[in-house]
Amino acid sequence: MKYVQEYRNKELAALLLKQIHAWKGPKVRFMEVCGGHTMVIQKYGIPGLLPSNVSLISGPGCPVCVTSLQYIDHAVALSRLENVILTTYGDLIRVPGSTSSLEREKARGADIRMVYSTLEALAVAKNNPDKKVVFLGIGFETTAPASAVALIRAREYNLRNFLLLSAHKMMPPAMEAIVDAEVKIDGYLAPGHVSTITGSNIFHDIPQKYKLPVVVSGFEPLDILQSIYMLLKQIETNDFKVEIQYKRAVKPQGNLKARSMLKEVFIERNDWWRGLGVLPDSGLGINDAYADWDAERSLHVVIETTKEPGGCICGEILKGLKKPSECPLYKKTCTPVNPIGTCMVSEEGACQAYYKYGAA
Amino acid sequence: MNPVIFYPQNPETMCLSIPGKIVFIDKEEKIARVSVGGSEVQAGLQLLDNVKVNDYVLVHSGFALQKISDKEAKETLELIRILEQSSAESDESLQTTKRSPI
Repeated sequence: MKYVQEYRNKELAALLLKQIHAWKGPKVRFMEVCGGHTMVIQKYGIPGLLPSNVSLISGPGCPVCVTSLQYIDHAVALSRLENVILTTYGDLIRVPGSTSSLEREKARGADIRMVYSTLEALAVAKNNPDKKVVFLGIGFETTAPASAVALIRAREYNLRNFLLLSAHKMMPPAMEAIVDAEVKIDGYLAPGHVSTITGSNIFHDIPQKYKLPVVVSGFEPLDILQSIYMLLKQIETNDFKVEIQYKRAVKPQGNLKARSMLKEVFIERNDWWRGLGVLPDSGLGINDAYADWDAERSLHVVIETTKEPGGCICGEILKGLKKPSECPLYKKTCTPVNPIGTCMVSEEGACQAYYKYGAA
Repeated sequence: MNPVIFYPQNPETMCLSIPGKIVFIDKEEKIARVSVGGSEVQAGLQLLDNVKVNDYVLVHSGFALQKISDKEAKETLELIRILEQSSAESDESLQTTKRSPI
């Protein structure tokens, strides 16, 4: 596969590792923010290739993991309404809510459909004019444009039975919150796919405010290793800035068209993140021009009282304070087949990635 | 608006993006067929202007997010290859290397 295979080249990986192993500075720990990075890092056994003074820790970039139980409970309540079809990315189906999950509601007869794209969800709405079709919009700046396109199209085609329940979030506030919470990290491997939309400029504050290096990284093993090397270089030269390693897909200004669509549909609002709590202006609510397509405002349901699973340390893992193996539930009662916390449900969750690829 | 979709990977993973080559564009619906490692996915083109058949794009949750720059892709690899020369020239550590290859 073009643009994939060449970034898995063994000889080039060895060259980068040689440079990384030459690091004689203090112990450093870099946070990979994106859940996609966590998967790649564990899958290719990258932690085992690094010297003992360079390590990686997973951050808050798994969309399912940071989504509140209240959102799941809200979706469960919507699925119990007559005449409602829920459409969702597959990741959400198995996430346990306070007392139920979408999977369980589906087994009980709720009409819940997994879609690959919001365009599919729109098609469901078009084909079921007598039903309300709700799309569960979760994820960061990478999936939010897909939801924006859907709402713009729904308005254009006057598709009144399509609704969005938005829990979309933005990455930079969470990255700042981690540092503000005094989690000890020495640099960020910034999320590559988020950056295709936002551009790398969006991370500008981090090196300025916190004196931390930031490198926007791609998703193949060479991308990760080269990004680590670039982070070390910044520390060595004491020159902290935002650099792009993933230049083949990321520009400083991002995707302007997608950004203008986000601006048209969404409005920043405070939002709750697992592990980080409420972060100001970190979420994307639907703005007034699209209020008719907002499931929060258009469909009224009673949401049950939230009950987080006891013993689960997903929040601390997302914050970079603990590793999955430090959780009393990990590999015991909590497994990918029977997940208790969200970090084990999602393929991008640190717990599932560690479980699957055998990291300690 | 009735896309037929072939999953190149686990459809439950929403956040992974994949690079693929555009093989067909439905201009009216703004949807492309993108070839990814032998299978095909459909990708909405609403987020990009000026894409054409044979362009490589990054596909994420059913949309093409960004065009892939071949020039930049090659340069990234070149920056790694340069490391070989620099480490052959001097075996100095990362801490003391004078000339930065990046």
